[in-house]
Amino acid sequence: MKSLRRFLTRLFNSAARRAQEERLREEIAEHIDLQTAENLRGSLSPVEARRQAMLKFGGVEAMKQDYRAERGLLFIENLLRDVRFGFRMLRKSPGFTAVAIVTLATAIGANALVFSALNGFILRPLNVPQPESLYGLQFGEGTRGAQSYPNYLDFRDRNRSFDGLAVYHMTRVGLDTGEYPTRAWLFEVSGNYFDVLRMQPYLGRFFHSSDEHGANSAPYIVLSYAYWHSHFQEDPGVAGRTVKLNKRPYTVIGVAPPEFRGTFLLLSPDFYVPMVSFEDESALNARRGRWIFETIGHLKAGVTPVQAAADLSAIADYLQKSYPKDNGKMNVLLARAGLYGDTFGRPIRAFVLALTLLAGLILLAACANLGSLFAARAADRSREVAVRLALGASRMRILRQLFTEALLISTAGGTLGILGGAILLRRLVAWNPFPQFPTNVPLNPDGNVYAVAALLAFVSGILFGAVPVKQVLHTDPYEIVKSGSLTKPGRRITFREVLLAVQIAICAVLVTSSMVAVRGLVHSLHSDFGFEPWNVTLADTDLDMAGYAADAVPAMQRRMIESMQTIPGVNAVGLANCPPLGGCGSSRASVYSDETSDLGPSNVAASAMTYQVSPEFFVAAQTPLLAGRAFTWHEDKNAPRVAVVNETFARKVIGSAATNALGRYYKVSNGTRIQVVGIAKDGKYTSLTEEPQAAAFLPILQAPSSESFLVVRSDREPQQLAGAIRSKLRELDAGLPTFIQTWPQALDFFLFGSRIATVALGVLGVLGAILSITGIFGMAAHSVSKRLRELGIRMALGAQRKEILQAALGRALKLLAIGSAAGLLLGILASRVLASIVYQATPRDPLVLAGVVLTMGLLGLLATWIPAQRAVSIDPMILLREE
Amino acid sequence: MKQKTDVLQGTLALMVLKTLDVLGPLHGYGLARRIEQISGDLLAVNQGTLYPVLLKLEQEGAIASEWGASENNRRARFYRLTREGRKQLQVETQDWEQTAAIIGRFFEAKAEDLS
Repeated sequence: MKSLRRFLTRLFNSAARRAQEERLREEIAEHIDLQTAENLRGSLSPVEARRQAMLKFGGVEAMKQDYRAERGLLFIENLLRDVRFGFRMLRKSPGFTAVAIVTLATAIGANALVFSALNGFILRPLNVPQPESLYGLQFGEGTRGAQSYPNYLDFRDRNRSFDGLAVYHMTRVGLDTGEYPTRAWLFEVSGNYFDVLRMQPYLGRFFHSSDEHGANSAPYIVLSYAYWHSHFQEDPGVAGRTVKLNKRPYTVIGVAPPEFRGTFLLLSPDFYVPMVSFEDESALNARRGRWIFETIGHLKAGVTPVQAAADLSAIADYLQKSYPKDNGKMNVLLARAGLYGDTFGRPIRAFVLALTLLAGLILLAACANLGSLFAARAADRSREVAVRLALGASRMRILRQLFTEALLISTAGGTLGILGGAILLRRLVAWNPFPQFPTNVPLNPDGNVYAVAALLAFVSGILFGAVPVKQVLHTDPYEIVKSGSLTKPGRRITFREVLLAVQIAICAVLVTSSMVAVRGLVHSLHSDFGFEPWNVTLADTDLDMAGYAADAVPAMQRRMIESMQTIPGVNAVGLANCPPLGGCGSSRASVYSDETSDLGPSNVAASAMTYQVSPEFFVAAQTPLLAGRAFTWHEDKNAPRVAVVNETFARKVIGSAATNALGRYYKVSNGTRIQVVGIAKDGKYTSLTEEPQAAAFLPILQAPSSESFLVVRSDREPQQLAGAIRSKLRELDAGLPTFIQTWPQALDFFLFGSRIATVALGVLGVLGAILSITGIFGMAAHSVSKRLRELGIRMALGAQRKEILQAALGRALKLLAIGSAAGLLLGILASRVLASIVYQATPRDPLVLAGVVLTMGLLGLLATWIPAQRAVSIDPMILLREE
Repeated sequence: MKQKTDVLQGTLALMVLKTLDVLGPLHGYGLARRIEQISGDLLAVNQGTLYPVLLKLEQEGAIASEWGASENNRRARFYRLTREGRKQLQVETQDWEQTAAIIGRFFEAKAEDLS
């Protein structure tokens, strides 16, 4: 109690220092006056009386010090003084300060980013109440999470371990709200979905199990908050509205809360509908087809995951016995909900952990570099330190000063890093790499992220601040004041130098690989795809969603092609179920040579990519025909089956050179013979890095498909063209959902891997470069300040600039050269790995080699500029006089 | 070094409390004079050390201070004992007597008493 009161008073006193100081001064004056008066009575001269009084009072300053120590919190006051002094010192050397802050900011920013990935994917559970008891089920050996509806019902009703089991499945639909039909993504869920998740609606109500009465019941729809916001303008009266999904009417009954983005971490749905109202009876009754994405539920209190898994496995055994034709052996495991068991969970965990490790290493390297910077600085200031020690400052006090500076740097760097990280994260969250998928990037920075980043910044401040401690503790003020800074010229290779060389090497590897990647990316944009994507717009329509069936499909497709042709500026229009590299589900079929009679799996000649296309497709896509002809509109169901195949197909299946294959036949798995009427040039079908593979193009009238991409070639500006296409299609059918993008945009999907790899390598390269620069800068600065005297003497004896520079920076530059060479070699080796991600990535490219050498040279120049300036601008006269 | 200050401060504090208890409110100089008279050498030099002790006692609430007029009619800071200070004085006097008694017995002890 007493000490608390004293503490509070002291805290207050620290603030009200002036008034207190004044009071003490007055008291002392009064005291001495009274004593002087007393002494005067003892018949001393006035001067002597005052002198005696003051002698008796004792050392005023020492007393004041005690008084202040007693009065306020010495610690806080000293800290403030240290901070002020630190600010002044840092302002005096802006180069050092800027380099240190930027290095730390980069490292902390990188760590904040990576930690938020760790947080979003691994640490932070789904955004639902009591997430700790929520589990997802995995069935069967390995990692599959999918289940059939009847099996789900058995699991739901027979288990004794869960408070309830729910299922969800993601599907794409055409949504018609009365204005523009759009495509949207929904979760079809079991009726108990929201109840199992213990969620409350944001608006209106949720559907429940009690709403379900078999197939086609409960035609209700619950909107996600984001979709309500973007497509219904947050209309508070949305509940009760009727919308059409794939032409069937549904009633909007509620809106889910804003923080709930569905139970799958990677994609978030636009709305939720009961599974029973969306699926056919046949899909709901089929026990065999395991199509439902994930089963989730809360464990009952007191039940362990192991017990629950045993319980469910027993049900699985029962299901296997009861329906042996439909069910195999299912071992049920419990996994974290939201990542489809280990299918996504394991690779994501591995990736994020690798990233975390990398970020940790970056931070450590940054700390090491900052440590050597601080050591250099402490060496520079050894005179100041020595003088302060000689004047009676304690070593603790001086260390505290150095730590204060380190922490100032770490605070500034940390703040900058966190701010930068937060901005980047916000952009990442808003980023939607594939406009046709509702990507969910769960990277929102939260309190945890900021706290961890701040903690890391603080710890690194302590770490690199601790590097010069030994130096200060061993300072001998007498020796230093006498003879200047003392350092024995060391020739042996220090650990710090090895570390720096490794950093430089890693930086060179990253620079090499990112350049290789960039060059590869540029190449791949202009490579030969077997078609010409530039100036082509793809309009993806799904006639199925708009309610077309059977014969209505080809008729509508024909009408769509004709109406596209009437758009001014359109050169050619084709149609395909899914164009090559179009970002859609492409299909394959087993094909056999004409001579094969046993159409079993062992006799398959090739698994050929199969495209159903309209006759004009080859013109619109500019796929060159090497021989033969394209289709005509007369090749329909009644005509003999024909196909256009590519070169690889001709070689592998027909077994002859391209031109000889014309007119020959091949077989498909149902025994149908198909005649080859044309040979197309080989192209890319599923990825840019693939080997040539067999492909067959079939007339869409002979192999109908309701999936229809219109391939529109035009020189018009894509945005305008898209508008024209949309309005033409609306004229044909106002209820037809369409998705329009250019073919190069669709290619982005395939370039995504190489883009990400390139960007990631680029970012890492920049990080590596920053670290190398600070590392070299720290070392060079240290070596210059250590040898300032020696350099001064050399200069006084007539050494040339070149020699001075060599003496000062030789070691740093040698390290740079060794590191860069090693890095370049490693980078060339690493590019082989890169070639599997980025198309045409090759390091045997003079531009890349020259670029790497130039970059590393620039790095060296940048890093040694300030120390070099300092070395050559030494004025031996001033220096020698000073020392 | 710190320990020595603590001991000095501790004894000084007790003297200040006792003096104020006996003589009523006093200013700094008056206190110093009284303590000097009674204790002899302790405050013959370094009278200034009194002030940090006064501050400490005041912050603990054992004494309070206010401005008043000194004997030569100038503004001076007068210190007086608070109720809490009186309590503290009692407790510390007891402690001190106890300690002194124990230490005294040790000093009087002979070799055979300790064996």
